[in-house]
Amino acid sequence: MTTIQNLLDRGGYIITDGAMGTVLFSAGLEHGDPPELWNINQPERVAAVHEAYIEAGSQVLLTNTFGGSRYRLSLHNAQGQVVEANQAAAKILRQVADESDVDVIVAGDIGPSGEVLAPYGELAFQDAKDAFTEQAAALIDGNVDLIWIETMSDLEEVRAAVEGTREVSDEIPIVTTMTFDTHGRTMMGVTPEQAYETLSSFEVIALGGNCGNGPEEIIEVITKMSSLNNGKPLVAKANAGIPELVNGKAVYRASPETMADYAVNSFNAGARIIGGCCGSTPDHIAAIKNALAIHVQ
Amino acid sequence: MSEEIDITKLETPELLELIQDDLYDGLADEVVASVNELLARDMTPSDVLNKGLVAGMEIVGFDFRDGILFVPEVLMAAKAMKAGMEILRPLLIETGATQIGTLVIGTVKGDIHDIGKNLVSMMMEGAGFNVINLGINTDVDAFLEAIEEHKPDILGMSAMLTTTMTYMAVVIEALEEKGIRDQLLVLVGGAPLNDAFAEEIRADAYCRDAAVGVETAKKLLAIRRGQPG
Repeated sequence: MTTIQNLLDRGGYIITDGAMGTVLFSAGLEHGDPPELWNINQPERVAAVHEAYIEAGSQVLLTNTFGGSRYRLSLHNAQGQVVEANQAAAKILRQVADESDVDVIVAGDIGPSGEVLAPYGELAFQDAKDAFTEQAAALIDGNVDLIWIETMSDLEEVRAAVEGTREVSDEIPIVTTMTFDTHGRTMMGVTPEQAYETLSSFEVIALGGNCGNGPEEIIEVITKMSSLNNGKPLVAKANAGIPELVNGKAVYRASPETMADYAVNSFNAGARIIGGCCGSTPDHIAAIKNALAIHVQ
Repeated sequence: MSEEIDITKLETPELLELIQDDLYDGLADEVVASVNELLARDMTPSDVLNKGLVAGMEIVGFDFRDGILFVPEVLMAAKAMKAGMEILRPLLIETGATQIGTLVIGTVKGDIHDIGKNLVSMMMEGAGFNVINLGINTDVDAFLEAIEEHKPDILGMSAMLTTTMTYMAVVIEALEEKGIRDQLLVLVGGAPLNDAFAEEIRADAYCRDAAVGVETAKKLLAIRRGQPG
């Protein structure tokens, strides 16, 4: 079985998937409904998104569990379904991966709790850690290859998620990315350089940036992280631009060509694991794959 | 270090400056001590609020807008502000001091993000507004009910998602249908929004962050009330 380490050892770049949430909304998910419950109720639609990304060239795919922690699900009164929703998501992606002709890595996705940790907010570190342990345990039970912690803005919350995962498994590889959308820092004021130093110390297999205000922002993050590089593989997973409202619908303006340019620029800036976030689709990933194949011989 | 300062020996203007510094640094105990000292010197509660706490939060707001302070520092400052307000609130009510306005605020239906909206609430409170925070996932009926009950000057709506921001238009249309749209200012905010969106849904303004929200609220309210901005 191919592992993320095998892919990294081959050199060059690794392509991840793009958005799940915004694609599911196009597939009929109602506004305000948690995408994670589709793992239980509409598994074939979630599987179809994964299949489309593999078809487009994604080598690392993320489970549909971004908001799968008890804190996020509790906002939909679904806090009792953490285990069910995360296991189901892992199984959906595992099955799609197993049935695919190409090697793909199944990454168990963990997003932020949505709460602010003490002392700034009310969430105690231990409570956050327990919630991440619960989610990671369900994902690992569902047989994911690695844990992917993303869209974080607080280093302590990343630490809670990493330690929570380590309660379940000492070995499973962990990737972490943060969102640098506020004056070049995260919402909580973390610079790319601080993130690089701290996340490296968590012994993650790769780290970087995701989401935010579009491609240019992430390239700057990668450039800063690269300048400190001690060899940690860097991840770039940008949104397809900033959404605009057209006839009442949110439209992400970055075309597949724009995202393809972003992918090449990210690679040149030092990113090795490259993909999309909100607003990106299998078409964007296919364009990224083509562009990288031409650019990186 | 402020704990080494004997605040009883400071001149009142210096003490007001100290409150602002301590707010900026998020030092709740120090703010409380200075508030009590100023009250002991017979400063009116509304002067303590406006010349001390509100003036201090204004500086916090500017530095947040300019990317000098980030959410953690603002949250700590807001906590210090709140500690000072706890002393002042009953006194302000007793003395009948008027608030500069009332804000009803909520994250719209389908959206469960409340960090930014809570930041706006705290900073608006810091600026002297009476704030009614409806929380997350607020539907049009809950907004209308709160508007009827509290008669706010301003309605604030927040959305973090492109899929939920469109609900703001639903709320504004409901206000129009009820014929009460012109009775209040509608300010909107959230990561995926922009000026064009606010214009399209006929909100009064888009506010990029909490500090801009406070500035905009004060400015538009002053214009509406016929005062020079």
